[in-house]
Amino acid sequence: MNGTVLQPEFLVRIDEDRCDQCKRCLEYCGFGTFSFANDKILPNHSKCVACHRCVTFCPELAITVVENPLSFRNHANWTPRHIRDVFKQSETGGMLLTGMGNDLPYRILFDHLVLDACQVTNPSIDPLREPMELRTYLGRKPDVLEIKRNEQGTDLLKTNIEKNIKIELPIVFAPMSYGSISFNTMKAICMSAAKLNTLMYTGEGGLPRDLYPYGDHIILQCASGRFGVSPEYLNVGIGTQIKIGQGAKPGIGGHLPGEKIPENISQTRMIPVGTDALSPAPQHDIYSIEDLRMLIYALKEATGYKPVCVKIAAVHNVAAIASGIVRAGADLVYLDGFRGGTGAAPNIVRDHVGIPIEVAIAVVDERLREEGIRNKASIVAAGSIRCAADVCKAIALGADACAIGTAALIALGCHVCQKCYTGNCSWGIATQKPELVGRLDPEWGAERICNLLEAWATEIKEVLGALGINAVESLRGNKERLRGIGLDRTILEVLGVKPAGIGMGDYYENRG
Amino acid sequence: MMDLDERNVSGCGLSSMMNKKRVKVDGQAITKSMRNLRERGNGLGAGFAAYGIYPDRKDYFALHLMYDSKDAKKNTEDYINDYFHISSKEPIPTRKTESIIDPPVFWRYFVLPQEKFLPTDGDSEEDFVIKKVMHINTGIEGAFVVSSGKDMGVFKGIGYPEDISEFFKIEEYKAHTWIGHSRFPTNTPGWWGGAHPFTILDWAVVHNGEISSYGINKRYLKMHGYNCTMQTDSEVVAYLFDLLIRRHRIPLEYVSDVLASPFWKNIDLEEEDQRQIRTALRMVYGSALVNGPFAVIIGHNGGLMGLSDRVKLRPMVAARDGDWLYISSEEAGIREISPSVQNVWHPRAGELVVGELEEN
Repeated sequence: MNGTVLQPEFLVRIDEDRCDQCKRCLEYCGFGTFSFANDKILPNHSKCVACHRCVTFCPELAITVVENPLSFRNHANWTPRHIRDVFKQSETGGMLLTGMGNDLPYRILFDHLVLDACQVTNPSIDPLREPMELRTYLGRKPDVLEIKRNEQGTDLLKTNIEKNIKIELPIVFAPMSYGSISFNTMKAICMSAAKLNTLMYTGEGGLPRDLYPYGDHIILQCASGRFGVSPEYLNVGIGTQIKIGQGAKPGIGGHLPGEKIPENISQTRMIPVGTDALSPAPQHDIYSIEDLRMLIYALKEATGYKPVCVKIAAVHNVAAIASGIVRAGADLVYLDGFRGGTGAAPNIVRDHVGIPIEVAIAVVDERLREEGIRNKASIVAAGSIRCAADVCKAIALGADACAIGTAALIALGCHVCQKCYTGNCSWGIATQKPELVGRLDPEWGAERICNLLEAWATEIKEVLGALGINAVESLRGNKERLRGIGLDRTILEVLGVKPAGIGMGDYYENRG
Repeated sequence: MMDLDERNVSGCGLSSMMNKKRVKVDGQAITKSMRNLRERGNGLGAGFAAYGIYPDRKDYFALHLMYDSKDAKKNTEDYINDYFHISSKEPIPTRKTESIIDPPVFWRYFVLPQEKFLPTDGDSEEDFVIKKVMHINTGIEGAFVVSSGKDMGVFKGIGYPEDISEFFKIEEYKAHTWIGHSRFPTNTPGWWGGAHPFTILDWAVVHNGEISSYGINKRYLKMHGYNCTMQTDSEVVAYLFDLLIRRHRIPLEYVSDVLASPFWKNIDLEEEDQRQIRTALRMVYGSALVNGPFAVIIGHNGGLMGLSDRVKLRPMVAARDGDWLYISSEEAGIREISPSVQNVWHPRAGELVVGELEEN
């Protein structure tokens, strides 16, 4: 039995007529799927994760990866997934680990929301011929502006506005920690953030010194493990982020296995080589909102009052929590929905804890407005933003900007095989093995990420033009331009969105 | 609701006149101007705002009320009595006309807030009036506050401008500032309260266009205590003017930087001080940007203003003739009442046309 009753998930087929035995696949597979014997390439099917590195680089197109067609007897309750998981756990006695975001077929609300467009009475605007503005300022805004004329007759701004972060498109890069992703991946993202005039977050793993020159586009994270946190680090960038929780694993800490901690990671994280980097579930100096306030102001003091962002996972009580965070002094609230990505998380938490980002944006935005404090913080929304349409819908629901993690990695070649936690990433993205890391050229990667976001920016402008507005601030929180399809009344009310078929004047809140 | 969406093209006629020396004229001129813009309306809404019409009662808020029923009138009067001193009240004079069928009943009340309620929470008299107006409009079935400013009033309903003018005997009022509107409703059903001008306190707004940013403008205003209740996008403009100018004291010359802001590429080229101001205005008041096609004329006790959207998707023409300022959706609206006017211009996109009344 070889100790397992599990059958491989994928079958690797080699077309022997095509294969010229160059053995590139042996080298390319980070998971050791291939061997060579008796003049033949021999795949070990159970090692294949369907990352397609071998398929992509086989010069003869001789490799095909297919899902193992092995059929279980139909059972609507005991699905193959459940059966396989029982097999795995009865063999290992361990918690099941995974990477990337929640892959269960929960209803994706973005896919049940549609945008409006102009016809006749409000002309659409042509983004090819007219300006379309995506510039966004993230941070705290005052309630009122005071403009005073001085004795020389010059008008001056009297209100002191706290530091804001200017981004030229409402998309930023989500925190992915150094250690979970490779240096080259991080560098590609830094370069993209700089070129696009937007920003990236470091994850909890610190920032390698070689990337300090990109500081004008970086928000530095301070997480529960405090890995890599020093006064110098905190001051490299344009702001700091306190990580309370992550959408993929709300309520639990991070886990970077020792295998992913070679010399360079050890130096940046300030921990010994090869030790597991376990960040605690809570921040042990934050057991209450007043503790959070102290850390927010400690970071402000340490950085000359640069904006502080607080990142939380979207959970049931997210609106009240976000309100507390804003009142505690945060300048940005980062909401991470339950489909958000991760380098490593227990399956049970990734797949069953948290709420969708669409809901979190809507309820947080509404709550902050009800309390009259929406201007005191910007909302950054993350947790599986897959395309420009998701960005538009998230902004219409009330976000100031969206953060992308997985989408940027896919631009670098990631095939969402969900094996980041193994450290074997064949694409050189989620690995620290030098031979794998070297496969990813940061310049090439940055170009692809920039292409992606430039394409998205063009698409967002197209949507704005169709909506007849030429500045992104007119889309932000403008739920009037969204409609729901196939959503029940309760979830529509939670989202604050009308169903498709209801026009603008058909019913207003206060008059039937 | 009425099915208006499919057969309508956009329109709306606007006209206005203001004499900066406060010389008053009766309502015949503005009616004449509006009649000339007939093609811009479809008979589903028209209205007039007049300033300086109640000189002997100018210290009182003039509440113009519209009632659908006796109950509505009784409930509203009870409510007004609870919070205001009523100096006088009377039916708003109307005449029976052929074209106006089944109109609601109109009354006006000259009131001041009762002292015992002031100041509440640092509210001014004006904030108090706004809250009470919002309450009547949202909380009392069949009652609607048409206008609530001092020494001014709004007269509006369903019909062509000349019908509404005849119905309300507009020719009997004398005003230094007149605004007229003829409506071609598209997005919202035609009801008497939905005709323009839209008002709060002495702000009266007439609008041609459609506010594509309405959803966020409305939510932003709600955060500041304004409830949008009139089944139209246009009312947000009145509230935004009140918020920016009266409550936040943004100088007049910067109001267009919020409502029809210049593009970033132009702001970035400004000198340091101006760039700072304009950047801050967009950062702080982004949700108050009125986006989409519009031309609006705004009246208040200090004068008259006109503004079109940041790319000027709706027409607006202005003219000065001696002490008179005219703003209209087309030159024909001005020529009709000032045939030989010389100084006529087309305001640029986002340019605020300002007429200020001289002090008495």
